[in-house]
Amino acid sequence: MQQFLASMLSQIPILTIIYIMPLIAVILLFLIPGKNQKAIRIVSLVFSSISFVLSILLFFAYDWNAGGFQFVERFDWIPSIGVNYFMAVTGTNVVLVLLTGIIITAGVLASWSLDTRPKEFFILLLLLVTGVFGVFMAYNLFLFFLFYEIAVIPMYLLIGIWGTGPKEYSAMKLTLYLMAGSALIISGILGLFFGSGLSTFDFDRLLTVNYDITFQKIFFPILFTGFGILAALWPFHTWSPDGHASAPTAVSMLHAGVLMKLGAYGCLFVAVWLLPEGAKFWAPTIAVLTLVNIIYGAIGAVAQKDLKYIVAYSSVSHMGIVLLGITAGNSVAYSGAVLQMFSHGVMTGLFFALVGMTYGRTHTRYIYDMGGLAKRMPALAAFFVLTGLCSLGLPALSGFVAEITVFIGAFRTYPVLTVIAIAGIIITAFYVLRMIQIVFFGKLDEHYKDLTDANPVEFTALAILMFFIVAVGVWPFLMMKVIHSSVLPIAARMGGM
Amino acid sequence: MDNMIITGMLAAVMPLLGFLIIQAFTKKHHMLSAYVSIAMIAASFTMAVLILLGQLKTPGMHNYSLPWMHIGSVEMNIGFMINQLTSVMLVIVTFVSMLVQIYSIGYMHGDDGFSKFFSFISLFSFSMLGVVVSNNLMQIYIFWELVGLCSYLLIGFWYTKPEASDAAKKAFVVNRVGDFGFLLGIIFLSTKAGTFDFIAVEEYVKSGAIDPNYLTVIVLLLFCGALGKSAQFPMHVWLPDAMEGPTPVSALIHAATMVAAGVFMVARLFGIFVLSPGAMLVVAYIGGFTAIFAASIALTQDDIKRVLAYSTVSQLGYMVMALGVGGYTAGMFHLTTHAFFKALLFLGAGSVIHGVHTNNIWDMGGLHKKMPVTSVTFLIAALAISGIFPLAGFWSKDEILVATREAGMPLLYYTALITAFMTAFYMFRLYIVTFLGKEKGEASRRAHESPLNMTVPLMILALMSVVAGFAGVPGQENSIYNWLYHGEHPHETHFNMPVAITSTVVAVTGILLAFAVYFFNWIKAENLKKASGPLYALSKNKFYIDEIYLFLIKRCFFTIAEAVKWFDKQVVDGVVNMAAFVMRWSGRALRNTMTGRVQDYALVIFGGAVAAIVAFAIYNPAALQLLGGR
Repeated sequence: MQQFLASMLSQIPILTIIYIMPLIAVILLFLIPGKNQKAIRIVSLVFSSISFVLSILLFFAYDWNAGGFQFVERFDWIPSIGVNYFMAVTGTNVVLVLLTGIIITAGVLASWSLDTRPKEFFILLLLLVTGVFGVFMAYNLFLFFLFYEIAVIPMYLLIGIWGTGPKEYSAMKLTLYLMAGSALIISGILGLFFGSGLSTFDFDRLLTVNYDITFQKIFFPILFTGFGILAALWPFHTWSPDGHASAPTAVSMLHAGVLMKLGAYGCLFVAVWLLPEGAKFWAPTIAVLTLVNIIYGAIGAVAQKDLKYIVAYSSVSHMGIVLLGITAGNSVAYSGAVLQMFSHGVMTGLFFALVGMTYGRTHTRYIYDMGGLAKRMPALAAFFVLTGLCSLGLPALSGFVAEITVFIGAFRTYPVLTVIAIAGIIITAFYVLRMIQIVFFGKLDEHYKDLTDANPVEFTALAILMFFIVAVGVWPFLMMKVIHSSVLPIAARMGGM
Repeated sequence: MDNMIITGMLAAVMPLLGFLIIQAFTKKHHMLSAYVSIAMIAASFTMAVLILLGQLKTPGMHNYSLPWMHIGSVEMNIGFMINQLTSVMLVIVTFVSMLVQIYSIGYMHGDDGFSKFFSFISLFSFSMLGVVVSNNLMQIYIFWELVGLCSYLLIGFWYTKPEASDAAKKAFVVNRVGDFGFLLGIIFLSTKAGTFDFIAVEEYVKSGAIDPNYLTVIVLLLFCGALGKSAQFPMHVWLPDAMEGPTPVSALIHAATMVAAGVFMVARLFGIFVLSPGAMLVVAYIGGFTAIFAASIALTQDDIKRVLAYSTVSQLGYMVMALGVGGYTAGMFHLTTHAFFKALLFLGAGSVIHGVHTNNIWDMGGLHKKMPVTSVTFLIAALAISGIFPLAGFWSKDEILVATREAGMPLLYYTALITAFMTAFYMFRLYIVTFLGKEKGEASRRAHESPLNMTVPLMILALMSVVAGFAGVPGQENSIYNWLYHGEHPHETHFNMPVAITSTVVAVTGILLAFAVYFFNWIKAENLKKASGPLYALSKNKFYIDEIYLFLIKRCFFTIAEAVKWFDKQVVDGVVNMAAFVMRWSGRALRNTMTGRVQDYALVIFGGAVAAIVAFAIYNPAALQLLGGR
C-alpha cells in the first residue's frame, strides 16, 4: 500500500498542494461577503479537510525503510543568493504535517459557532496554517524563515481582536516575545549562511559543512534560544500561559498544538542537526533548563485555578519533555521527542477545545465555580477525562508512548536528570485528576442544570483528535518507525545512536 | 505460537471485546450489557481452565511476542507467557470476575450506570489478564497502569459523591507514587540488560553483570510498584478509602485480584528478587510490618467494608512477607485461597449492605435469622481467614508460618502469629456484631435475604473457601508445592505439627475472646478500650497516617506550588515586564533628545567628534596623524 500511495503522490507536487489549500481558502474567503457565515465556514472546512486527508495519505506514503528526504520539489528561485524553492519531507515532517492537518480541521470545527467577524478570523487562521505547513516542509532556510514569520504574525491579530481578558497585553507580550525569537533565528540563519561560505540556504548543502567549533558554540545557543522561545523553554515561557488564556479556542489549539512544535522542530532540525558540536557543548546546560520546565511547569499548574492556565502550565511541562529528548543526543530520545510533539499537539488541541466548549456553556473558567458537570455533559466529561489521562501518561494513549521513549532515551545520557523528570508524572497525575474532580465530579450546581452536552459538530472535532491519541497509543509501531528513520541521521551526527 | 498461547490470547482478549461491544452497542440495554460481559468472562474462564488443565498435565513455559513499538535497538513487545504461575492467576481472575459479575446483576440493579459498570468491569478483567500474561517489563507496566485506571473509574463510579471522587483520586495518585518507583526500576534494569523480556532479563541478572548494590536498588524500586498496588505500608492509605466504590468492585479489584497484582509481580520477577538478599529482607519486613499494622487497625473500625479492607491489607502483607522469606509457593498459595475467602467476605458484606442500607456494624445485629445464606457463607469465610482446620486459610497460612520459621526469622514468625490472633479476633468481632445478638434499630428490622443471583456466587465461593486448601496439603504427591515452585527443586514440605497446633490455638483464642467480649459480654468492650489506653486511639485513627500525608500535601506541597506561582508571576514575568518598561521609559527619555533645534544636534555632533578624537588619542595615538596631528 505504501508503494502504491507513494507512486500516486509523487505524480503531483503533493507538498505544495497541502500547504496551498489553506491559502486558496484565504483567497476565496476574501471574495465571499462577510455576512454569508455559512459559506465562510464551509470553505474553511473543505480546504483544511483536503490538506488533512492529503497529510494522512502522505503519512502512509512515506517509505520509512528508505528514510531521508522524500517527495522533493526543488526549483531555483533566487539562485544568486542561494534562495531556492526546496520542499521535502522526512519522517518527522510527515508526522508534523499530519498533526497540523488534524489540528486545523478540528480547529475550524471548534470555531463553528464563532460569530464575531468570522471572515477575518478564518482568513487569519488559515494564513497562519499555511505558514505552519510550509515550515514543516521547507528545506531552504530562507523559505523556512519566510513561512515561519507567516505562521507567527497573524497570532497578534487573532488574540488582540478575538481574545478575552487582558487580550491586548497578552497579544503584545506574545508577539514581542516571538519577534525576539525571530530576531535570534534570522541572525542564526544568516550566520549559517555566511559561515558556510557556500552562499546557499539549501539545507542539504549546509549539512555537508563542518562548521568551526567556536562558530558552533556561539551560534548554537542563538538558534536554540530563538526556537526555544516558541517551544516555551524556561525561563522564556511566560508568554505562553497569558497568550493561551487570552486567545480564542481555535487559536489556543493551533498555538499550543502546532506553533509550539515549530519551535521544538527548529531546535532539533536546524540547531542540533546543523550544529552538532555546539549541541554537544550546550546540551547539559539546556537539559537542566528543560528539567525546570518539566517540574516547575507541573508545580505551577497545581497552583492555578483557571482551566486555561492549568492547561497552559501543563503544556510548559510537557514541552519540557520534548526539549529534554532533544538535548539527549540519541535516536531513542529524539524519536520520543518528536512523538511527544505529535502527541502533545493533539492532546493539547483537545484540551483547549474542551476548555473552550466548557467555557462556552458555563461562562467561567474558574474551576471552583464549576462542579458535577459530568451529570449534564457526559460526553464532554468523558473526552476531558481521556485527555487528562493522556496528559498524565496513561498507557494505551499517545502521551505514555512518547514520554516513556523520551525517558528511556534521556536516561542513557542524563540518568539523574531523567529520574527527577520522571517524578513529574506524579505531580501531573495530581493536578490533572484534581482539575477533573473539581470540574466534573461531585454535586451539580443548581444553575448549571440546563447545560447541554456536545453538539454533533463539536463531537466530530473532539472525536477526530481523540482518534489519533488512541490510535497512536494502542499501536505506535508505524509512527515510531517513520519518526525513527528521520532522527537517525541527526543522532549519527551527534555520535550517539 | 502453540495452542496454549492462542488460548491465553483469547482468554485475555474476550473481556476487551465485551467492553467494546457494551460501549459501542448495548449501553442503552442494561441486561443485555450484563449478559455480554458475563458471556465474555465465562468464555475467558473456560479457556483459563483449559490452560490450567494443560499445565497440570504437562507443566512448562510457553512464550510468544508480537512487536508493539521498536525504536532502533529498544524493542517493546506485547507478549504472552503461559506457565504454572500464569495458569493459576488466569483461573483466579476469570473465576472471581465471573462470580462477581453475576452477583452484580442483583447488586447494581436499577443503577443508572448499570451498563457502564459492566463495561468497566470487563475492561478491568482484560487489563488484569494483560498483567497476568505479560512476558516483559514494559507490558506489565502498561497493564499495571490500566488496572489502576479501572480501579480509579470504579472507585469513583458514583462520582457525584464527593467521598467517592476523593477516594478515586487518592487511589490513583498514591499508586502513581509507587509506579514512579516501578517505572524507574524498569528503566534502570532494561537499560542495563538491553531488553524488557522477563526471561532474558533474568538470565542477564543471573550472569552477575549487575553490581549487587545497584541490583538491590533496582529490586527495591521494582518493589515500590508492589507497595502501591498491593497497598503495603506506607502506601496502604488508598485501599480503605477505595471502599467508596460499589461493593462488587471492592470484592473483585480491591480484595481478590488487582491488589494481588503486586504480589504476583514479585512472584513473576522472583528470579531477580532472590538475587538480592538485602532487598528480600526489606520485602519480608515490610510485609510483616504491614500485616500486623493493618490488623491492629482492623480491630477498631466500625465500617464493615473498612474492617475487611484493613484485613486485606494485612493479608497482602502476609503474602509479601512469605515471598520475602523465600516462600514462593506459600505466598502464591495464600494469594489463591485469600482470593476466594476475601471475595466471599466482601460479597457477603455487600449482601448485608444491600439488605440493611448501612455500612456501620453497630446498626446491624441479629441478621443471621433474616439472611441465613449470607450469614453461613460469611461464617465459613471468617473461619477460613482465621486459619481454622480444615478450611483453605489454614493450609496456606500455616505454610507461611513454616516458611518464616524455616528462614530463621523468629521476629517475623511471632509477628505473623500475633497477626493471626488479631485476624481471628476482628473477624469474629465483625461476624458477631453483624449477624448474632439482637436486632438494633430500623436498619436490621428491614433486612432481607438477597436474591439468588447474589447468594449463589456466595455459595460457590464458600465451597472454594473450604476445598481450595486441599491443593496444598503438605506431603502429598500432587500438591501445589510439587507443581508451582521457583527454582530447580520443589520446596520440600512436611506437615509441621508444632506450627499447626500453635496457629490453631492462637486462632481459637482470638475467636473465643471475640465471643467473650461481643457475644457473652463477659469482658466489657469499654474496659478493653480503657485498658489499651492510647493504643486504642492510635488504632481507631489509623495511626494518623492520613493526617500526616494531608499535612504534607496541604502545608508543604501547596506552599511550594504557591511559591512557584508567585515566582513565575513576580520574578520571571517581572523581568519580562521590566524589559518592556525599560524600553518604554528609555523611549520616552530619549525622545527629549529629539528637540528639532539644529543647534542641539550640532552640539551633539561636535561632542561626538571630540569624544572620538579622545578615544583615538587614548587607544591608538598613531591614528591622530590622520587628523593632522603630530
